[in-house]
Amino acid sequence: MWSYFANPHKFLSLSAWLAPLFYGAGTLCILWGLWQGLWIVPKDEYQGGDIMRVMFIHVPAAWLSMASYSALAVASFVWFIWRHELADIAAKAIAPLGAVWTALCLATGSIWGKPTWGTWWQWDDARMMSVLFLLFLFLGYMALRASMDSRQKAARAGAILAMVGAINVPLIKFSVDLFTSLHQPASVITADGPKMAAVYLTPLLVSGLGHALLFGGLVMTHMRTEIRQRRIARLTASALEG
Amino acid sequence: MSAAPILAAFRQAFAEAWAGGAGALLPLGFLGGAAVLVPLGIGSDTQTLKAVGPGIIWVSLALSSLVTLERIFQADVEDGTLDLWLQTGAPMAALAAAKTLAHWLAAGLPLALASPLLALMFQAQASVELLIHLGLYTLGGLAFFFWGGVGAALSATVRRGGLLISIIALPLYVPTAIFGAIAMTGGIGSDGAPLLLAASTLFACAVAPYAMAAALRLAAD
Repeated sequence: MWSYFANPHKFLSLSAWLAPLFYGAGTLCILWGLWQGLWIVPKDEYQGGDIMRVMFIHVPAAWLSMASYSALAVASFVWFIWRHELADIAAKAIAPLGAVWTALCLATGSIWGKPTWGTWWQWDDARMMSVLFLLFLFLGYMALRASMDSRQKAARAGAILAMVGAINVPLIKFSVDLFTSLHQPASVITADGPKMAAVYLTPLLVSGLGHALLFGGLVMTHMRTEIRQRRIARLTASALEG
Repeated sequence: MSAAPILAAFRQAFAEAWAGGAGALLPLGFLGGAAVLVPLGIGSDTQTLKAVGPGIIWVSLALSSLVTLERIFQADVEDGTLDLWLQTGAPMAALAAAKTLAHWLAAGLPLALASPLLALMFQAQASVELLIHLGLYTLGGLAFFFWGGVGAALSATVRRGGLLISIIALPLYVPTAIFGAIAMTGGIGSDGAPLLLAASTLFACAVAPYAMAAALRLAAD
């Protein structure tokens, strides 16, 4: 199965129509979620009044930041074991996008935190710290790749770092969880099912789906660009050899 | 397989750390300098110093590991030692662990041993607690050196790799720093914190050598 999907030609023909589909569906979902979030859902005074509407960006961004690091780790693992070039191309595409969504999560979280908790940032809050260190993991990964002098070395070093980071994420999460927390506990993904009213939950899930689709579409476009760049490099090299 | 290459790597790294005459005094001087600058920077209020003291020692320990590790593998790549190691067929993970351990003995352990003295400089009460803290610094420093070693091995072929090591190692230092801080300040979960610190150090000792080995094989290519 891996080998079937690892073929760049199949990927190019698949993503040629899948990426635009993801963009279109993702944009529709996000717009619907924002419309619901900004105009339709009632405001929740307990969560700070109108400012809670930032939730429809903040929570999907938080989901995406975690999902994208998992995707980076899986892609790195697949590349490290099977050396499928497409996995490395995916990892390279995921890192900057994951960093953007992680930064978005931190920024919207601060904007929500200032009016409700009276602070932009709290150093002993578990979730804020986990997300901050996730951002550092992404930035370190990108910096390491950028500093390697060949593509192959960048791929190998990046894969090692992403895997070391991935096995440390549970430990980092556990350690920061020991700190007392300002952030509310999980309310969507819990053992007893969602604790949130459906009027909030539905737009939130649709918005999350939209962000995921947009993310997927962007990753595919980055990957297509990278495949073409590698092809150009190879064609140029062979033309120079004459 | 014989243990000779591993012992040789340990001896080489230990000699390297003491080369130039200063040896363990250099990181100690670094820590002493930081300890003198802090009261000048934040004021000499006794309560404040008492509160920030342990934190300053943790930060100095982390920084000294980064400073020490910056070139430990880079030099081996440049002068060909790494290629010779690979030819011996000795397990790379054991070699990397031996080198890291040697540098921790030369730079990390002296800092931990000097910590009671520094704590007194930060107005801590002289008590048996300082010796417990010494043990915590010893454990935590070991984890810092192993994770820092991963950063050093990954950036062994990079010019000015020192900056890269910091950003790579920082997230990996988090559990150690947090468990250490909780164990000392007596916050929530402080009873189990020393055990968690020890566990996370063991985890670092178990995992980091393999990551270093993979990174060093890459650096030798």
